[in-house]
Amino acid sequence: MEILQGAFHDAFSPFALSFVLAAIGLNVHYGYTGLLNFGQAAFCAVGAYGMAVGIASFGMPLIPALLIGVLAAVILALVLGIPTLRLRADYLAIVTIAAAEILRLVFSTSFKDYFHARDGVSAFTSGFRKLNPFPDDLISFATFSRNDLWVMTVGWVLVALVCVYLWLLMRSPWGRVLKSIREDEDAVRSLGKNVYWYKMQALVLGGVIGAFGGFIGGLGLASVQPDSFNTDFTFIAFTMLILGGAARILGPVFGAVVFWAILSAVGSILIKLASGRNPIIPPSLMNSDQASNVRFMLVGLVLMLLMIYRPQGLFGDRKEIALDAR
Amino acid sequence: MHPRLDSVRRHRRPAVRAALLLMGLLFGLVSVGTSTASAAPADDQSNTVSGTLRNTAEGNAPVEGVEIIVTNPAGEEYRGNSDADGKFSIEVPGEGGLLKVQLNEDTLPEGTSLRDADKSELTRVMNPGQSAVFIFPIGPDDRQVETKWDRVPQLLYNGLLFGIVMAMAALGLSMVFGTTGLTNFAHGELVTFGALIAFFFNSTLGLPFAVATLLAVVLGAVLGWFQHTVLWRPLRHRGTGLIATMIVSIGLMFFLRNLFQYFTGGRTMNYADHVTPSGYDVMGINVTTRDLVIAGVSIVAILCVTLALSRTRLGRATRAVADNPALASSTGINVDRVIGLVWIIGTALASLAGVFLGFSLGVTFQMGQLVLLLLFAAVCVGGLGSVWGALIGSLIIGVLIEMSTLVIPSDLKNAGALLLLILILLVRPQGLLGRRERIG
Repeated sequence: MEILQGAFHDAFSPFALSFVLAAIGLNVHYGYTGLLNFGQAAFCAVGAYGMAVGIASFGMPLIPALLIGVLAAVILALVLGIPTLRLRADYLAIVTIAAAEILRLVFSTSFKDYFHARDGVSAFTSGFRKLNPFPDDLISFATFSRNDLWVMTVGWVLVALVCVYLWLLMRSPWGRVLKSIREDEDAVRSLGKNVYWYKMQALVLGGVIGAFGGFIGGLGLASVQPDSFNTDFTFIAFTMLILGGAARILGPVFGAVVFWAILSAVGSILIKLASGRNPIIPPSLMNSDQASNVRFMLVGLVLMLLMIYRPQGLFGDRKEIALDAR
Repeated sequence: MHPRLDSVRRHRRPAVRAALLLMGLLFGLVSVGTSTASAAPADDQSNTVSGTLRNTAEGNAPVEGVEIIVTNPAGEEYRGNSDADGKFSIEVPGEGGLLKVQLNEDTLPEGTSLRDADKSELTRVMNPGQSAVFIFPIGPDDRQVETKWDRVPQLLYNGLLFGIVMAMAALGLSMVFGTTGLTNFAHGELVTFGALIAFFFNSTLGLPFAVATLLAVVLGAVLGWFQHTVLWRPLRHRGTGLIATMIVSIGLMFFLRNLFQYFTGGRTMNYADHVTPSGYDVMGINVTTRDLVIAGVSIVAILCVTLALSRTRLGRATRAVADNPALASSTGINVDRVIGLVWIIGTALASLAGVFLGFSLGVTFQMGQLVLLLLFAAVCVGGLGSVWGALIGSLIIGVLIEMSTLVIPSDLKNAGALLLLILILLVRPQGLLGRRERIG
């Protein structure tokens, strides 16, 4: 029961929400357009930092600060896209991952007056929390605090809106062009479409959705720290996307929820097995840190096995996966 | 297959960099240093106050016959004079506490004076039994302040050393890319593998370092063969796409890194041998025998591989596969065997690079993560799939990383390399030595 509760909590928490949105953004990139963006963490980071620094250092109201975050993500997409979108897929992968690392290093070492190095930016949530409509005497609901509930409400509504928007968009002629770029770039080009420009729009759109993930994650944790946006962030979001099924509107959403639920459950089961008076797994074989390693080893294994045996994930369509881009 | 590192002790963080140029910093000071040492025997609670008086106005000539007065917390005075070498050493009985050390200016020879007249009295809180060196500068300040340019030779040397070691790992990455088209994200973990194996044999089992290195290379080759046979060859035969294979390599990276952390925990460890080699000064560069051996072994390893690639039959076959696998296959080359060999050599090289990088980065499960993007940068700058490109790219990246600390904080030095990566892709996507057709 405890395990189920923990799994439920982790699957729907604000932290998971930030990954849901990041994975939806990746879905636009990878699932629909075939762009290998390995720097989604950077989009989330600039979104989160844009918002947090705007409020904490410049005293902006919430909405303009959010716009700063979105603007930062758009600029990042343009900067990354202009040099790389003409090149082969794995170049975009390497450039985006490199850019994400550069940004993380800059956030954690430079402009300390604004970014506060590894401590991260905090004290920017009051404006958002003032809008909380839940009654003041509501201390907690299930395992979530009042603040968490408010972040989750906004976050899940945002996820729903983004999903509906993407559903409409991908059915439109514009979306069909994206999918055909994924299938065969040259064919689209021969039809007179500006492939480069469509890819750029997709990169911007997915990046902005990633920035939304940064907002929700930052508001949920009440702080924005550079190391939460390391390369693992992107790879975990990728695993979720592939688990749920790329090129499906709800694929990343289900993928993220299932991922966190399983990760949390496996973690608590392992810890349970390895603790207590008579542990089933001897402590010499596994302490709680090692339990965490074991479950992330499983993440790696699952990602490998999924990619080999079921690249369409739980809900995807095998024909719709961009695996042959070269 | 993997090291059991449960019983390892915790080690000090490595003395990562050779000491920078400190020439001339001590000249002009009356004493030799500021370090304190608790060298006195445990049963002796008295303090020792010592120092050397030198006059910078007369070419650091020792100053003799100057009286030093030490007052202990009880108010008792102890006196001593500097000898013919300018040295003084005064023992102060008691159990530490605040000591007042005064230089009697009246006893200074004619024409000499303290650099700072206010600093004739120094105080310090001492532990029982502690000895301390006190500095009374005499004469004008002629310390040479180190400039940026003075650091250039040392940084260049460090950068080349790092680059040549990294080149081995980059060579493997580039060869794998050249023959299979795979951008292997797990390559960094192969580097970690080498360091951990060497650590296991050297520190945990206590074997000599050379033996541990050899075993790391051999086991690296075995790991290369193993991953080729179990994972990459079946994937190739299934016709898995390149991007799918690349994502598989990300999964493998995740798996291996957490596996390593499972064994090592979060700590940074050191080998048992050669951790703090003594260096000697060559034209202002601190050179150690260890670093020279590392560079020599790396160069020999790289030369062997590149010569084998260009001269032997198998090397020509490798290049043929890299050029066109289907055509190579139809001319009777066993493509699987060639690719397997590339994996074996590539992983062994990465392993060897990891053993050496363990000195500069410390042996930790995060080594691969630190190195991977630098390897990508090196390989892309030089040209993906090009052997010489990987070498030149590594050297450029190594030197750039070290040199960039002249203008940017050293925390950010890796960012400079990644920025160069992006710029190169912008200006010359095939890299310096790459061929145009590879960029698609």
